[in-house]
Amino acid sequence: MPKGKIAGITGNEAMAEAMRQIAPDVVAAYPITPSTQVVENFSQFVADGKVPTNFVNVESEHSAMSACIGAAAAGGRVMTATSSAGLALMWEMLYVAAGLRLPIVMACVNRALSAPLNIHGDHSDSMGARDSGWIQLYGENAQEAYDNALMAVGISEDPAVRLPVMCCYDGFTISHAIERVELLADEAAKKFVGDYKPLHPLLDVKKPVTYGAVDLQDYYTEHKRQQVEGMTAAKGAIRREAERFAKLSGRSYGSFATHRLEDAEFGILSLGSSAGTLREVVDELREEEGIKVGTLKLRVFRPFPAEELAAALGHLKVLAVLDRADSFGAFGGPVFHEVRSALFDAAKRPRIVNFIYGLGGRDLTLEEGRQLVHRLKKAADTGKIESHYDYLQVRE
Amino acid sequence: MSGKKGWKQLPLGGVIPGGGTSDAYVTGGWRTFRPVLDRKKCTNCLTCWVFCPDSSILVVDGKHGGFDLKHCKGCGICAAECPKKIQAISMVEEAEFKSEGVCHAEG
Repeated sequence: MPKGKIAGITGNEAMAEAMRQIAPDVVAAYPITPSTQVVENFSQFVADGKVPTNFVNVESEHSAMSACIGAAAAGGRVMTATSSAGLALMWEMLYVAAGLRLPIVMACVNRALSAPLNIHGDHSDSMGARDSGWIQLYGENAQEAYDNALMAVGISEDPAVRLPVMCCYDGFTISHAIERVELLADEAAKKFVGDYKPLHPLLDVKKPVTYGAVDLQDYYTEHKRQQVEGMTAAKGAIRREAERFAKLSGRSYGSFATHRLEDAEFGILSLGSSAGTLREVVDELREEEGIKVGTLKLRVFRPFPAEELAAALGHLKVLAVLDRADSFGAFGGPVFHEVRSALFDAAKRPRIVNFIYGLGGRDLTLEEGRQLVHRLKKAADTGKIESHYDYLQVRE
Repeated sequence: MSGKKGWKQLPLGGVIPGGGTSDAYVTGGWRTFRPVLDRKKCTNCLTCWVFCPDSSILVVDGKHGGFDLKHCKGCGICAAECPKKIQAISMVEEAEFKSEGVCHAEG
């Protein structure tokens, strides 16, 4: 196998590299901050003849996703990229892509939703789409964004899965920061994603098929039940692709990654770029104050790894779930709901508290991380939870 | 709902493999008014066949062969387009045919 290379590139550049190596048949996209550079770089690759993809310039994200759906139904391997309001404008078509069981891979560069207008990273865009039927992978850094994109192809196209995949990574913090990224050799990446064998391609004129026929009271329920099964199958496909990828790259991926969690009394669960800061907090507090704390970085949010999480978190005294998006009027953020629900039937379970953090790109600092752990320790020492749901970084 | 395929048997995503399947999907049940042909008046000009949006005017040996009631929605375009001097098609409330069952019989 030819050797890859190590590059100093941004998260978006890494994603564009992954797309070039995957060489989808069609990319339809409309640029929006902070995902713009993905589309910009990729369209340059197309213009320079470095990738044979048919790049479709569209007039909106609704059209981008519609074109992706059409191209995927036609039998093509399809990718796109977007953020925030762009994802919101795709909304209707996100459900269509999943409902028609079309394997589409999207780079979702996480950004806050307006108003007030904000272009920086948080998870309110992709968390809003959590019920759309898309698989959601969250990358911590540029490397994971690149790796997730390559693995997403095989997950999405698995005959038992056939669901679109969102590869999420934090806007600016990851999308625009230059990091060390190990890229596979083009040939190795090409071989890893393999050739695409479409199911029921519209362009196979000898076997006519209908996509998007009306589906009423008599069949709709059955087709929704099938989507559940696709998500269940995705768990196996995610594992399989991770194993294949580990052999190729030496980098291993599970539904989540833990750091010093096994013997911990306190845990912090988060998604995306904050995980690195929190690992540092854990190491410092263990060394300086002897507090037994660990982290869990959730990589796969859909399908939600409920049983695995219950097994990994049950032994803790207090767990903080960090949500980088709120669900206004609900009892906490979306990740909190599901983690808490996953642990409800566990024989042993921690007290679980929710903190909303990082909205509109606000950095999570080491000091804030330390304060957070001290709050967890205080809750354990006093047996009292001040609040199950609180904003971590807010001025009174 | 018995007799219909379950989620384990159905093609994924509501995709319908194979062509021409709309013929098998009976939509005549949407009809409130049924076209009825007066053969004594009909001149077989087939103006109704030209205008029918659902291809539900049957033609046999070049002549009006009745209506495909599995797919006719009862829109009444055939009756409206039948030449004024002829008026061979009348629209009759579906309830009048209650004893015949709903819409499955060929007209």
